[in-house]
Amino acid sequence: MALLGRAALIIALLTTLFGIGASLYGARQGQRRWVDVGRRSVYALAAILTVAFAVLEVAFINNDFAYNTVANNSSLTTPLFYRAAAMWGSQEGSLLLWVWLLSIWSSLAVFLTRNRLREIVPYAVSVQLGFGAFFTTMLVFFASPFNLTNPAPLNGAGLDPLLRNPSMMIHPPMLYSGYTFFTIPFAFAVGALITRRFDAEWIPIARRFALASWLFLGVGILLGARWAYYEIGWGGYWGWDAVENAALMPWLICTAFLHSLMIQEKRGMLKIWNASLVLGASTLAIVGTFLVRSGILSSIHAFGASTLGVPFVLLIAAMVAGSIYLVVSRRDVLRSEHHLDSLFSRESAFMLNNVLFVGLTFVIFWGTFFPLISEVATGTQSTVGSPWFDRYTVPLALMLVLLSGIGPVIPWRRATLANARRNFMLPILAAALMLIAAYTVVPISSSALTVVLFCAAAFVFASVGQEFWRGWRARKAMSGDPPLLAFVSMIRRNRRRYGGYIAHLGIVVLFIGVSASSTFAHSGYPFLHIGQSYSVGGYTYTNVKPTAALDTDPTSTGALLTLGSIMRVTHDGKYVTTLHPLAQYYDDPSGAEGPVGSLIGGDSVSTLALASSPRRDLSAAIDAPELEGTFNYLVNRANAIVNADHLSAARQTEVSYFLLAAIVHHYLAHPPAAPFKLASSPLVMWLWLGAIILFGGGLVAIWPAPGASRRVRARYLARVAQELGRAQPRRAGSRA
Amino acid sequence: MTEVVAIAAIALLIAFLVWFIGAPLRRRGGSEPFLPSELRVLEAAREAKYTEIRDNELDYRTGKLSDEDFHALDRQLRAEAVEILRALDELR
Amino acid sequence: MNPGRKRHVRLVVSLTLAVVLASALVYTSFAAGDQALSPTQLLARAHPGVTYELTGVVVKGSVRNLPNGVLDFSLANRAGGGPSVPVVYTGAVPDPFRVGRELIVTVNKRGGSFVAQPGSMVTKCPSKYSPAKSA
Repeated sequence: MALLGRAALIIALLTTLFGIGASLYGARQGQRRWVDVGRRSVYALAAILTVAFAVLEVAFINNDFAYNTVANNSSLTTPLFYRAAAMWGSQEGSLLLWVWLLSIWSSLAVFLTRNRLREIVPYAVSVQLGFGAFFTTMLVFFASPFNLTNPAPLNGAGLDPLLRNPSMMIHPPMLYSGYTFFTIPFAFAVGALITRRFDAEWIPIARRFALASWLFLGVGILLGARWAYYEIGWGGYWGWDAVENAALMPWLICTAFLHSLMIQEKRGMLKIWNASLVLGASTLAIVGTFLVRSGILSSIHAFGASTLGVPFVLLIAAMVAGSIYLVVSRRDVLRSEHHLDSLFSRESAFMLNNVLFVGLTFVIFWGTFFPLISEVATGTQSTVGSPWFDRYTVPLALMLVLLSGIGPVIPWRRATLANARRNFMLPILAAALMLIAAYTVVPISSSALTVVLFCAAAFVFASVGQEFWRGWRARKAMSGDPPLLAFVSMIRRNRRRYGGYIAHLGIVVLFIGVSASSTFAHSGYPFLHIGQSYSVGGYTYTNVKPTAALDTDPTSTGALLTLGSIMRVTHDGKYVTTLHPLAQYYDDPSGAEGPVGSLIGGDSVSTLALASSPRRDLSAAIDAPELEGTFNYLVNRANAIVNADHLSAARQTEVSYFLLAAIVHHYLAHPPAAPFKLASSPLVMWLWLGAIILFGGGLVAIWPAPGASRRVRARYLARVAQELGRAQPRRAGSRA
Repeated sequence: MTEVVAIAAIALLIAFLVWFIGAPLRRRGGSEPFLPSELRVLEAAREAKYTEIRDNELDYRTGKLSDEDFHALDRQLRAEAVEILRALDELR
Repeated sequence: MNPGRKRHVRLVVSLTLAVVLASALVYTSFAAGDQALSPTQLLARAHPGVTYELTGVVVKGSVRNLPNGVLDFSLANRAGGGPSVPVVYTGAVPDPFRVGRELIVTVNKRGGSFVAQPGSMVTKCPSKYSPAKSA
């Protein structure tokens, strides 16, 4: 079957090349047939890659260790769920996932534009297929997932236990969907620039695809943050790690693009800027894909040094050069139709928003690539850490938060003083009230930064709340609907507007969570005997009793030994919760740690015990390597015992298990002082809540208008047309 | 044995692909030119302008614009809409 | 001032501001950065009182769990061979820490050994693609 997989990849590569040729020929000669052939190549690519994907996935599920990829990333003791996900734990498998997702989303894009943008589509299809060609070339010539070893090894190396988390199933596909989706706006922007059709027809489609990219990538980043939090505990959700930054940068540029596109739509301004943004965001998405697998930067994530670095750099260079060429050579098409009327206008606010986003991205870019930059400049690699990033990103983020309350309310073209009074009085009042509260009721005055953020948040909440209130009142007056129906219909009729408002609320809630949980978190690293307690942030943790599970894994990740501790948490003497952190030990198939040692001498994972509430998160973790250190001497002794008697392999395994059980029994009877990481951090849940609201808002904005409201809208538009003294405009199936 | 199955599957795959991708080439004689796109661009511009007029009205109703600001902007937007409709009529 | 002139002025002002801010950022980054060194480089040029980022591989047999949560270990060059650097570490130890794993830790030179900043250890996810896989 590997033959089938291999062949599928080669056929896929040929299909992409053929499709590019057909599309370009059809576009040049004006032959619709050949353009359709090109479009069908995209669908065909999705089908072929599904075959290749299925072949590899089946090999993983069946533990077919003849496949090198399976042998390197899975094992007999890896549970089924994680075997399936292990496919994309490897370089080759993740590339295949990437290009498969690319083909699926490209097919969707081609399908949705089958009756539109006729001139642009052939070029967009060529660009999409071009990406497909690049990645399938990587798979066919550089990183084949279908390499076999004969005879097949009996067991594999196993999926890294750190990756045995349900997030492994969904974070990479989500993130890759985000990255691959970015190729679509890129392709359509390139097509629009080539054909000089950077106009009103292109905008709604580019916006839709960019918003989808934004959603996918954003959720992917969020899932990564949540996964990191579970692995490392408080503060672990973001570390300004190179790979985290690599995913964030395109997302920020995309956010900027979604805003500035509104200006292009309304005033025909910022066309060059928008073209650059959309090309830049997509290029950064490819840079992100490249960073993870190139090994050029130190990161927790890096897949490791590989031969793929050079081809990726060439691809990125081609994208950058091509983008610059297109924007410069088409600058006549990209000239602004209007110009800024006043510095106090929504256009101005949006421009400032964009500048801040680009500035933020530049800071992150600089910090991320600083090791390479400093190496070129000074000869040694130098790194900047989290404090440096925080120093520059926090003020920028604060300004953006404030803007998110100003932007929706300030009018287009020109704001007047009277207008400012009407719209900003309540928000400013809210901020002032929060300021007073910060020094009296809410205990945050120790951090000036947090106070500023909370005041800005109050400002935004009041401003957006005001918008919802006024819109709802207007809707009720206009339609006479009952209150709830009016609210719902208000949102349904203006999805982009209210979806955007909801997203703004979400980001503010998110920042509140970030600020509070980083500024006011408490943690400690005590060694606790049974019965001993430790206080963290007003909460007292007591080590009540040890637990052990041999051969049955409570977390279903295939760990042989799971040690743990029951911890009781109290606050002011009152019981709060019980936490059960675990230290899990996996096997080492290589046998290097001795007969008993190899049973548990592989990777170790500490599973965080978390009690979340809207007010605070309480967490406890056991330092697994340190804990093992406390009974290592027993394992060495057991190794010596097994090695001393010359036993058969089967007997060795039996005796090793028996000795391990004895060690576990000893651990339970005489538990050592266990090394803990204890933490309490306020408002962490707000982070996740804020993110849900943020992306919920995005979903509302992207949701297509259903038939009924389209009819209502059509009638309204007909009325406007009649008022303008024209005949009823033809509606010939031209609904969006 | 599985080799034979694999080769058969590959052959089937290739045959299907050729049939599927080549379908447009087999239909109708002669090529079909593209629809004139100016029409679509103007229609899209019209949609966008109508949305703007509507948004402007909503801004006014929610109190973000004063009376004179709204009417001035409304007049301007409607004038721009008339231009687009005129262009559309000329095209048809 | 006519509108065209105003726009021109605005553009120049904003670009100048952007360049100034970017330069400030660039300048401070060089001052704020920690040098990232391998064990050989660190032994060659470490000064007391300066913070360095040491990247290396944990040497077999060098790991000792001392009382009070202190962890002693040595780091050697990723490529193998060469001298190893003794590190004294306190604070959270990430799960992937093992003999043969590559990690990054922020250290200061103190006497003959290097004291790590508490909690500054970052382990790299074990690579599955490098040609020489650790046994």
